[in-house]
Amino acid sequence: MSDITKQSLSELVENIKSKKLSSSEVTKAFVERSEKSKELNAFITEDYENALNKAKTFDEKPNLDLKLPGIPMAVKDLFCTKNLRTTAGSKILNNFVPTYESTVTQNIWNEGAILVGKLNCDEFAMGSSNETSFFGNVQNPIDKNLVPGGSSGGSSSAVAAQLTPITIGTDTGGSIRQPASFTGTVGLKPTYGSCSRYGIVAFASSLDQAGPMAQNVKDCALLQEVISTYDEKDSTSIDFKRNEYSKELTKDIKGKKIGIPKEYRVDGMPKEIEDLWKKGIEYAKDCGAEIIDISLPHTNYALPTYYIVAPAEASSNLARYDGVKYGFRAEGENLIDMYEKTRSEGFGAEVQRRIMIGTYVLSSGYYDAYYLKAQKVRKLIKNDFDEAYKKVDAILTPSTPSSAFKIGEKTNDPVSMYLNDIFTVPVNLAGLPGISIPAGHDAKGYPLGLQIIGKAFDEQNILNIAYAMEEKINFKNNITDWWIK
Amino acid sequence: MSIDLKTIKHISKLSRISVDDKKAEKLAGDLNSIFDFIEKLNELKTDNVEPLTSVAETSLKLRSDEVKSKNLREQVIKNSPQENEDYFVVPKVIE
Repeated sequence: MSDITKQSLSELVENIKSKKLSSSEVTKAFVERSEKSKELNAFITEDYENALNKAKTFDEKPNLDLKLPGIPMAVKDLFCTKNLRTTAGSKILNNFVPTYESTVTQNIWNEGAILVGKLNCDEFAMGSSNETSFFGNVQNPIDKNLVPGGSSGGSSSAVAAQLTPITIGTDTGGSIRQPASFTGTVGLKPTYGSCSRYGIVAFASSLDQAGPMAQNVKDCALLQEVISTYDEKDSTSIDFKRNEYSKELTKDIKGKKIGIPKEYRVDGMPKEIEDLWKKGIEYAKDCGAEIIDISLPHTNYALPTYYIVAPAEASSNLARYDGVKYGFRAEGENLIDMYEKTRSEGFGAEVQRRIMIGTYVLSSGYYDAYYLKAQKVRKLIKNDFDEAYKKVDAILTPSTPSSAFKIGEKTNDPVSMYLNDIFTVPVNLAGLPGISIPAGHDAKGYPLGLQIIGKAFDEQNILNIAYAMEEKINFKNNITDWWIK
Repeated sequence: MSIDLKTIKHISKLSRISVDDKKAEKLAGDLNSIFDFIEKLNELKTDNVEPLTSVAETSLKLRSDEVKSKNLREQVIKNSPQENEDYFVVPKVIE
């Protein structure tokens, strides 16, 4: 069968189940394409030989009742994978080989999928362009020298370039939805507590969530159904009734109330984003949804809140990298000197910056003024959503304030980089689910995404709205394989 | 407000990240622009607002106090940069 890598996850699953394709054929096709795509730098660690062997083993005694039978899959290098190096994009974990598996990836392998490698990301998921990775920039398959977004930049690049049929990323402030938007792919950040954080390298524990990244909404729903489980190993995992999202997926969204928050019309927003949003509203109406104007008055305070809460939690989480228990160690004259040199040489500039911010806002005399203040504003932001959801079932916004930018364009100005996440960050602060779907192109032909935000635990509803709108939008990604010689 | 070099040195000590003068200057510039941006929160009155510490509105589940994994010594020290039989090794701390 030709063009295996062009098939969606759902098509591949069907073809393997009906024995039109074997796992070995599928795995080989994706491995071969990945080998020709090194210029994208999407992978940090490749595990092709093991993957091909696992596919062969699968084919010898295939269990076709599984949800992901013999499907090859690369995952973000923030998930611990047993016996395969896990770096979090950092020099400090360059030689770290986990002795255990994250719950989310274990769920995926339990359904028959096969690990083919670990995908590039911003260091400790801190970044919006994949430029903070110790392992270098990732190219966006849309155009040369264009960032793929971040922090799940290797993941978005690999899905858009069809190096993996589907993948998982993590999203602390937009790290799934923004790269999905930049690459013309679909990315879902589930409700906080939906997917276990066990075995995911921690960034900001009250915000981090794993989620699927895919070529279409149906594939995304299928993977969400696999990865979302209650897990007693994560104390914030929530025990709620999870749907079989892909089976219950429907395009019937007639009468659904969709809110349009006026505060998302930010100063200096490019006209093409405004136009995309208007088009999105029309698509939603065409699907039978009712559009309602709403207000989320504290939207403007979300980013400043995030840049206190996330670095504070990060500074605490990253205290464990001390050159003693695992990871990189620099030699020092004494214990303290060893700690300081290890962390100075092992962490990159952005991570150090955030540890310093976090340490400062938690330090004696500043805790109330910054950290406590931010937690209070976080409450106001969550209250805004609670209030809005008395009137609407979901909220529609642009995913990002611009399309993908050039590599190097924003690296010298941290605040302008942070502004990328202006539409996605409030969703993490409130712990809600959000999905980005590709909805159009800008004048340069770069993809633009729309975000649908749901009520907590209402993934099914936003997947349904995305599924209905996806059909109306009929988006086509424009990928020319420019990187393949 | 403004974060000076002395404050940067203090934070770097608390963070256990060594910082030379050149790096301290760069960090001071970056942190000042970030804090200028964060200061926006002071526009809001929050005296009577309860801080939100977790969005997961559930109480922690209890479980029975049973050992579920044991004999992990080898796994635990497997990734240590310098090991000596069953211990983590650090530079000498007692003279």
